[in-house]
Order: sequence, then structure tokens, then C-alpha cells
Amino acid sequence: MIGGLFIYNHKGEVLISRVYRDDIGRNAVDAFRVNVIHARQQVRSPVTNIARTSFFHIKRANIWLAAVTKQNVNAAMVFEFLLKMIEVMQSYFGKVSEENIKNNFVLIYELLDEILDYGYPQNTDTGILKTFITQTGVKSASKEEQAMITSQVTGQIGWRREGIKYRRNELFLDVLEYVNLLMSPQGQVLSAHVAGKVVMKSYLSGMPECKFGINDKILMEAKKGAGDDATRSGRTSIAIDDCQFHQCVKLTKFETEHAISFIPPDGEYELMRYRTTKDISLPFRVIPLVCEAGRTKMEVKVVIKSNFKPSLLAQKIEVRIPTPLNTSGVQLICMKGKAKYKASENAIVWKIKRMGGMKESQISAEVELLQTDNKRKWTRPPISMNFEVPFAPSGFKVRYLKVFESKLNYSDHDVIKWVRYIGRSGLYETRC
Amino acid sequence: MTDARYFTTTKKGEIFELKSELNSEKKEKKREAVKKVIASMTVGKDVSALFPDVVNCMQTDNLELKKLVYLYLMNYAKSQPDMAIMAVNTFVKDCEDSNPLIRALAVRTMGCIRVDKITEYLCEPLRKCLLDEDPYVRKTAAVCVAKLHDINASLVEDQGFLDQLKELLSDSNPMVVANAVAALTEINETSRSGNPLMEMNAQTINKLLTALNECTEWGQVFILDSLSNYNPKDEREAQSICERITPRLAHANAAVVLSAVKVLMRFMELMPSDSEFVTNITKKLSPPLVTLLSSEPEVQYVALRNINLVVQKRPDILKNEMKVFFVKYNDPIYVKLEKLDIMIRLANQSNIAQVLSELKEYATEVDVDFVRKAVRAIGRCAIKVEQSSERCVSTLLDLIQTKVNYVVQEAIVVIKDIFRKYPNKYESIISTLCENLDTLDEPEARASMIWIIGEYAERIDNADELLESFLEGFHDENSQVQLQLLTAIVKLFLKRPSDTQELVQQVLSLATQDSDNPDLRDRGFIYWRLLSTDPAAAKEVVLAEKPLISEETDLLEPTLLDELVCHISSLASVYHKPPSAFVEGRSAGFRRVPLKPDGSAAAAAAPVEETPQATVIPSQDSLIGDLLSLDLNPPASHTAPAATNVPSNVDLLGGGLDALLGGDSSSGAPAPAAGGGMGGGTSAGLLGDIFGITPTPSNYMPPKQVWLPAAKGKGLEVSGTFCRRAGRVSMELTLSNRAMQPMSGFALQMNKNSFGLVPAQPLQVPMPVQPNQSTDVSLPLENNGPVQRMEPITNLQVAIKNNIDVMYFACLVPAHVFFGEDGMMDKRVFLATWKEIPAQNEMQFTIANLAMTADAISTKLQKENVFTIAKRNVEGQDMLYLSIKFINGLWALLEIKVAPGSSNITLAIKCRTCEIAPDISNSVEAILRA
Repeated sequence: MIGGLFIYNHKGEVLISRVYRDDIGRNAVDAFRVNVIHARQQVRSPVTNIARTSFFHIKRANIWLAAVTKQNVNAAMVFEFLLKMIEVMQSYFGKVSEENIKNNFVLIYELLDEILDYGYPQNTDTGILKTFITQTGVKSASKEEQAMITSQVTGQIGWRREGIKYRRNELFLDVLEYVNLLMSPQGQVLSAHVAGKVVMKSYLSGMPECKFGINDKILMEAKKGAGDDATRSGRTSIAIDDCQFHQCVKLTKFETEHAISFIPPDGEYELMRYRTTKDISLPFRVIPLVCEAGRTKMEVKVVIKSNFKPSLLAQKIEVRIPTPLNTSGVQLICMKGKAKYKASENAIVWKIKRMGGMKESQISAEVELLQTDNKRKWTRPPISMNFEVPFAPSGFKVRYLKVFESKLNYSDHDVIKWVRYIGRSGLYETRC
Repeated sequence: MTDARYFTTTKKGEIFELKSELNSEKKEKKREAVKKVIASMTVGKDVSALFPDVVNCMQTDNLELKKLVYLYLMNYAKSQPDMAIMAVNTFVKDCEDSNPLIRALAVRTMGCIRVDKITEYLCEPLRKCLLDEDPYVRKTAAVCVAKLHDINASLVEDQGFLDQLKELLSDSNPMVVANAVAALTEINETSRSGNPLMEMNAQTINKLLTALNECTEWGQVFILDSLSNYNPKDEREAQSICERITPRLAHANAAVVLSAVKVLMRFMELMPSDSEFVTNITKKLSPPLVTLLSSEPEVQYVALRNINLVVQKRPDILKNEMKVFFVKYNDPIYVKLEKLDIMIRLANQSNIAQVLSELKEYATEVDVDFVRKAVRAIGRCAIKVEQSSERCVSTLLDLIQTKVNYVVQEAIVVIKDIFRKYPNKYESIISTLCENLDTLDEPEARASMIWIIGEYAERIDNADELLESFLEGFHDENSQVQLQLLTAIVKLFLKRPSDTQELVQQVLSLATQDSDNPDLRDRGFIYWRLLSTDPAAAKEVVLAEKPLISEETDLLEPTLLDELVCHISSLASVYHKPPSAFVEGRSAGFRRVPLKPDGSAAAAAAPVEETPQATVIPSQDSLIGDLLSLDLNPPASHTAPAATNVPSNVDLLGGGLDALLGGDSSSGAPAPAAGGGMGGGTSAGLLGDIFGITPTPSNYMPPKQVWLPAAKGKGLEVSGTFCRRAGRVSMELTLSNRAMQPMSGFALQMNKNSFGLVPAQPLQVPMPVQPNQSTDVSLPLENNGPVQRMEPITNLQVAIKNNIDVMYFACLVPAHVFFGEDGMMDKRVFLATWKEIPAQNEMQFTIANLAMTADAISTKLQKENVFTIAKRNVEGQDMLYLSIKFINGLWALLEIKVAPGSSNITLAIKCRTCEIAPDISNSVEAILRA
């Protein structure tokens, strides 16, 4: 298992060092700094083996987080743990930066003591951790409170505590989708998929049982087979390639009955993640036209077409057109929005605040190039795009979310529910 | 005021100041001081001098302060063992505290203090904590047993902690179960005796599976990992475990998913691969693996390394998912390289166009390693998918035109492999290659180019000049290049002896006299001897036809692959190396064994079965390869060096020798090109000639039959039979003269036939056959004649001529003479082929009244080139799996069932051409009865 965990700043100075096992010595801290952080070349692998010691690292902003081991550990678990560790730190003190880490080093040591025992990850749920790792010094909790804490940390429902009360029972569902696209210059879809997630904010009293219904083909068919008339035919269903659930969802029940049922954590969390590849409605189409007119001039024309209901509005549209390194100047004409050449990023950035459905807009640019003796051809990175649309490009629909709480006297009808769909660009690229 | 300032105090006399602060009366000041101490400790300053002062702060009701002091203790107790004792009392007292958080904290910290005296005091509190009413304390105590075991294993065993730990497996709290499992697994792996301390039985498994549904994500990982070590007693049990595990594939945590994949992959080995259950799991495995690719890059990397294993083991799983492995512009380089690897593995005829256009795109990217790999990948596509080879070659030519140095070098290396795979097809591009001769500065590219020049010396007009230019700096070259240059010049000499004599003498003297590389010297001497004693033989050896290289390149060695599949998700699967290669000490000896279908984890049986294939054949193979100047590394070692660490200039001979000397076959010696098999008929024969080995003649010969009665043959009676002799089909004839006059002037011809049999030499009957006399002749046959399908398939029409007339007759050739000496199929290939051939091509035969044991059958058939691949015992019946390779390359797979006590043998034959099956059956029966 994990033998030690170190946090470094970008210079390679140790901010946190916690050793869990005897086989990891102090020199491991230096070995990683010398061989990875101070290494000349770019990092070639997130796993490094130095003198029979394996180092797993992730780097976020300027901070290096490294786990060390001498054993044949579960590598996926180590990385998942490091990512979780970052999540926990963020929820405690916001951005993970050198400053924040130094300011909270006592807290971090306390957390590390709790969530990793002899290198084995323990309960890492932030909601629960916050009940007893508080940094407010002594808190002489009553015996009942202590027992409650421990039963929650180890409990079967480790993500929710008992006795939560709200005057207004309310829940928010956000269906957030990231559309990923790779398109050839000729407009052929090379690969496209939607990575979606359902984020839920629940403010519900007690220990409510929830049932969640979506328009997945398999789930709908299973329902029909069971003779449930509630599903109206005519509603379109979508084919979900794969989905994953928060640990609160009863996976066995999903497998056998195709039902998503769970007791939700309190507050905000990610209920499920899913992936679809079929019948994706691509909100935008990018049509590039690059023409290298001679050695010192290049003409670029890019058309974007919005492809959704005219009544809807897309926002935060940004098109990024890469330019060669030897660009000396750019002249831009765009029909809509603002466009700028950013020399430091080697790209033309074209921003449009809002755009309705079934519209079209165009930018043309004349790029002047410096004469270079550099023989290597410019490799034309793809044109990328960002946007946000108020619908789910995969066609994902929430059919129902029912809340049952048998002990307290509120019913499904008393819960106020909000559902929102957001489609965003993931990697939305068109080669040119 | 923020805590960050603790990191910046660097005054002199600091320790002294801290000391006084630690002893301060004010609680607040004390706490500040301890924080400062910890900050100094973190940045690596030695603050051990403060030990007694810090320990004094331990007695406090402030939990935060207590934790800091404990942290200090864990770090310095070992260096101050005597003073650490001072802390024992507090620990013991804390273990009795009413607050479960404090009880757990005490037992957790105590286990981390590796001081013998403290360990003694730990036993009592630990025993109590293992039985504590609070699950939080129990789960902490469970891990503490593993800590104690690491410090003092015998103490844990003597004190009965193991039994207590086992009890916890039935605890009501899932997290306690999960931690107990983790502790037991670790103790198992490091146990000195090597015997597992935890015997898993069906009951324990059931408890674990129940806890699996309820515990935290990490607990699920512990449980799944330990389940993957379990050996189910039969297929049913394996199935039911798999059913309960499959829901985990939908978990959001990648580690849970991969650990579930590990269990499924391992248990699937127990089930017949065509069963519905396996097909079902195979379908379910694909989507979660694809989903892992949308996680964070580091997790993606681990997933991709594992997918690489999964795809090699079960190519069905992701066969339709090529697109998801397309490289994204912003992927980190390590993700890109891994994706590329998997793309090649998934490439097939249907998706090759897409793959190629992607690869072409990648070959223009910025990162040098990535571009190189993309270029190699194009070459590998050409080798893998024949239909695409032409497009691949033209793409490579385009890339060579870019003149980017490393692209050109890489392209030349792969083109050499393409030449090997499709000889005489693309040689027209040689001139383009030669244009780039000067830019090559990497040994591998130089060696490849030299090989190409030597191989096609007759088509390159200035081959001698080109090779001579390399010779100038001979001693500065890499040994790989030197060896190649030596061979190439010898080839050139054999092809154009007139004007290259000087050159060859020069290189031979360079290699034998001025070099201290033994490989080079030895090869130089061999060539020298060959050339001086028998140039014709030299020609045959050096210019012999080379076996084609295989399609699938850089596959992991099957036994290693099987072992790694048992380690999915772990570091071993990331490194693609067995744990023993990177883990030190006790746990390294613990080896996970793949399951065998007969239910036992056949650890002992497996190596014994595999030895002859694993060591002897490769070494012989590489020996042949070496003599035939095939010493270029096979594409097997082309994988990124970072991943495999195979030194790229290993000579095959070296690798072969290692294997011969009993080196670990999985240690990463480059796997020799598998396509050659035994090196093909010709080279095996050649080798035999060189080393004076005569292939053992087959000993079964059916009795002679009368083929041409005297009445029809104008007095000539021909009877005969066929047998296999010295690796060839031989026709044994008895010519009897029943006429009144002597017969002479014999000649024999054969009509086109199914196997292309023709006489290897004219029929030689030394003397005229006198009336009423007979003479025996043996006529060796070859199978390179014209082929025409006959009815029945083994029919052979022969014309024989003598001084009287020309006579015609037909005879049936017994099938066994076509069984080639190289018919030993690789186990894995056998399995794959068996699955591949449709069931309707399977034919059953019964051989009645033959009482023989399976071993006797195996030995008997082995002599006739029917090779036993595996033997199994299923429900008391002995099953033999055998393979036959016909000399025309057709494979036939046999399954023989011997029931004890019965005198009947059941024979099942699978072959793509099922007409041949009855003949095989007849031959097998005849061999067995002989």
C-alpha cells in the first residue's frame, strides 16, 4: 500500500511529508524532487520507478502531489486517492495553492492521519470528515455525538448523517453535458461523444429514499416489460453506452431491476455520470477554410452554424483559430461578436456572447507571416470551440425523481424540485 | 496571522527558543510551538533534540495538539527509543478513553511506533480494541494488526491476533470487514512460511460479497482485490461470484471498476470460452473500460496500460471501439503513446482506412517520440493487414519525402520489416531509400538500411560502393551495425563474386582480427570457413529463404500475460512486469497464478508443460535466424524502451542462449519472431545438414498394395506404399516383371494432384528387371508441383513408362505422409484456432477395439508428426489435444478421448477443409494399430 505521501511546491520544496511505512526513508522525498520535479525533460509518465521505489504523482497548478510505495499496489486506487485528496483539500480551504497548503498544514496532517491508515484509504467523504475534523480545537462532544460520528464514519450510509431537518424540502437537478467532437476538415465526424453528469443538490429532511427515472432505452424497456403503464410511448429514449453512479446508488438493484434508487447525501454531489455516442445533436458546426497564399500570407475563413431550435440561445461562444508561430500581423473581419489575435497564445480568439438557433456567422482573417528558414511545416492544430447551450445534446431527459421518507411526515408532492439542462463543449475540435 | 509563517523561521538558536516555548505554561504558546516543530520537521530539519519537551505536551485534552504530538512521535521514536517509553503510559490510558475517536487514535499511532518495548505494551490494548464496541475502533485495530505483523510477525501469530482478525471478517460493520480483509491480504502476501494464513472458503466469500455492497469505495477495492486471489472450486461458483461482482462495473471510482475487471478476467479462465456466460461478460466489460478514458489523465494512463493487457488476452472485448482510442490534441504524451499502442492492436481490415488516416495525422505532430511511434505504427499496420500494405508503403514514402531526420530513420526501420513480410513486392522503392543514406545516424536505422542493401544487392548497382562507405568507420559503429554490415557484404560477395572479393576480405579481417566483440568475431570466422571450404554451401546458408515474420508484433509472452492479468490495476500491470521485477523482499516471492480450466491453480504443472516450448525452441529458432543473418531485432522489441526496458541491441543469439541456460523465460528476452515456427522445412533441413543431424525417419509404413496388376501393366506389376522419410514424402515401389522379356528404361510421372506431389528426382532403376524378378525402389517426392484438387482428395494418378509401353494407375496416398515435422502448434494459437473453426467443420470418429493409454497414443502419434499440445483429464476421461500441419500448410486439430476401461477411442477432427478428416482418421487408426 501507499508508503508515504508528499506535497511539493513548483520549486520542489516539501510542504507536507507524511510517511506511513518503514520501507520509505527520508531520501525518497529528495529522489522524487531530483528525478522528476527537477528533471530536464517533460514528464513522460505519471508513474516513475526510482531505485525500486515507485512514485505516483499528479500535478495541479503549481503543486505536486506524490504517493510513494515499494510494493505492488493498486495503481488505479492510488491515483483515485490522490484526486480525492485534492477534492477534500478544496472543500476545506478552497484552491489548492502553496499559500493555502502552508496555512493549513496542521489540518492537512490531521486529514492525512484520518483518511489514510498504514497506507490504506479510509472514509474520504468530505461531508462526514467535516463533522469531526474541524480545526476549532477542543470540542468536548457528548457521548451520543461521539457515537454518532463514529457510526457515520464507518456506517453503511457513510455519506449522510441522521437527523437532518429542513423547513422546506427542496432539490435541484442539473444535467450537465460535455459534447466532445473531432471533425475532419471535410465535415466528417471522426469521433463524437457526450460525457454527461447529473449533479444533485438535495435539501431534504431525514433519511429519504429516492427513485430516479431517465429516458434510457434499457431502463424504459425494463419498465415496459414489468407492465408499468406510466411510460408513454412516443417519448424518445436514448442509448446510454455506459453509466456510473455515486456510491449511494444501490448498484445491485440497478443491475437486477434497472432502477436507480438511493439515499442522497446532504448538499451538492454528483449522482451519476454517463456516456453516449449515438444520435448526438451537435449544437455547432465549424467550417474552416485555410489557404496558404504564398510564403508570407495566409487566408483563413471560418463559418460557424448553430444547429438547434431557433427559440433557444447559446452563450459564451468562443472559437479559437490557431496561427503559425511566425505570424507578424492579423487583419480580422467578423460579422458578429469580437475577435482578437492573441500573439502570446498563437491564436485568433473570436468571442460571441449570444447566438440563436439555426443561425450562421463568419470570420475571415488575413494572416501575415514572417519569412523564416524554418523548414518544418506548420502542423495546423485543430480549431477548437467553446459554448454553452440550454439543452442536453444527447437527448437525455429526467423522467421523474420520487422522494419517499416514511418516518417524517412529508410526501413526494411536498418536495420542490428543479431541473435544469446545460450542454457545454468538451473538446470540440475541427481539423483544418 | 497565518500558519504559513512557521515555514519561514530560520533564526539561530531556534531550537533553544522552541524548547522554552514548549515548556511554557500558556496553552496557546505551547500549541504554537508544537506547530513550529512540525513545520521544521516537514522541511527536513532535525528537531529530535526536542523529544522530551514535545512528549511532555502529550497529556492534553486538546485533540488537535495531541495529534501533532503523535505525528512527532511517529517520526522520531525510532531514533529515541528510550525516551519513547515515556509515552507508553499515555497511550495505554488513551486506549481506555471514553471517546472512541481517542481510543482509535491511540491504537493507530501506537502501531506506527516501531520500538520493541512499545510493541510489547501494545498487545493488551490491541486485543481490547479488536473487541471494542465501537466499529470505528475495531476498523482501526484491524489495520493495526497488519502494522504489528510487519514489526514482529511471530508476536502476532503467538498472541492469536490472526484468529481475532479472521473473526472480524464476519463483523456486522462493512468497513471493519473491509479493513480486516486488507490486513489479512497483506499478512498473507508477506507471510514467511509462504502458506496462506487465510483460507478462503465459500462462507467467507459470501460474507465478503455481502460487505462489498455496503462499504466505502476503498473498502470495495480491498475486497475485490482479495477476491481476485481466490480459486473457485468449480465453474458454478466462479459464475455466481462473477454475477455478484458485475454491478461494480458501474461504480464511479476507477479503482473499483478495474479491480472488478481483474476478478472477472481471472475467473473467466475457468469457463469455456464459447459459453453464453463468457460472451455476456465480454459484452459488459467493454463500456466501463471505455468510460475510464474520460477520467483524469493519470487514471486514464493506468486504464490504458490495463486495456492493453485485456485486449491481448481477449481481443473480442474492445474490437468495435477503435474510435475512442483516437488521440486528442491535448492529451498528455503518456496517454497519447498508450492510445497509439492500443490502436494498432485493434486495427483490422474493416477499420484500417480510418486508422491509417489518423496515423498520418499523428506523424506530423511535434513530440518526437510520438511521431516515431506513429511512423512505426504505420509499418505495423502494413504487416498486420495485408490489404493495407500498399497504402502504408506509399504513406511511408510520403513521410520520407519530408526529410525530417527521425521520421526518415523510423520509416526505414519499418520498411525493412515490410520487406521481410512481403518479399519481392515493394523493392521498387529501394532507390528512394538509398537517397537518404547520408542522413541516417541511429544504429537501428543504419543496420536496417544495410540489411536492405545486402538483401537486394543484385538490384542495386552501386551496392558495393554504398557498403564500402559504411566500412570506413567500421570500428566506431554499434555492434548491431557491424554484424549487419558483415553479413551484408558476405551476401553481396555471394551474389557478385567477381568485383567484391577485396571488400569481403577487408570486412572479414576487420571482424575477426581487429574486433574484440566475440559475437562479431565468431560470425566472421563462420563466414570465412564457409566461404573458403564450400562457397555453394555458403550460398545456401547465407542466401537461404527466410521465414516470414509474424503479423502480431510485440505481444507479451503468453505466460507473462496470464500472470499480469491476475495483477490488473496494480503497478505490475502498469509496468507490464511481474511484481518480482520491482518489489523487494518477502512479498516478491508471492506469485499469483492464472487459473486453469481444470479448477486448480496449476502452478506446478504449468511450467513443466511449457518448458520445451519456452526454452528449447526459441533458442534453436534464434540460432537458425542468426545463421541466416536475421539478427535484426524482430519487431517484438520495437515497443517503447521506457515501457519494456529491453536493451534494443540484444542479439537474438544472446537472448536465445539465456533461455537455453535456464534464464527466466518471462524476464523480457525478446520473443523471437513466432511466424517462423521451426524455421520452415528448408531451413530445418539445412540446419540438420550443418550439424550432421539427420531428422529421425518416420517408422510407420503401411503394407504395400498392388497398384497396377500385371494384366493391365503389360506384364509389369507395380505394388507400393508411401512413407515419410527424412522430412519428405517417399514412394516405396516394388516393380515385378511378370512378362517374358527384361524390362528397362523406367520413368515415372505424376498427374497434378491435391498436394502438388512430384518426384524429387527421376526414377532410378539401376538394372533391367529380368523376367519373374522384382526390384524395390524408393522415390523421394516433393510437394512443389502443380496443384489440382482430386476426388478423393488423396488420390494420385501416376504414369509409369518402360521399354514396353506407358501404363497408368491411380493410388491413394495415406494422409500421414503429409504431416509435417513442424506441426507443433503453440498452445494459445491452438485454442484460438479451435475456436475459430466453425463447429460444423468438426467430425467425430470412433476407433473400436483398441486398448491404449493416452500416453501410449501420444508417443506413438508423436513419431508420425501428430503433436500432442495438451493433455487433460475430464471426468475420468483422458483428453488429448493434438495438431497436425500438412506440408501444404493446412492445419488440422484433433481431440482424442480415451475412456478408461473402454476399448473405444473417440477422435474429433477440426479442420478448415473437412474432406480430409476421414483420411486423417484412417491414418491415425492405422498408426495406432501398427
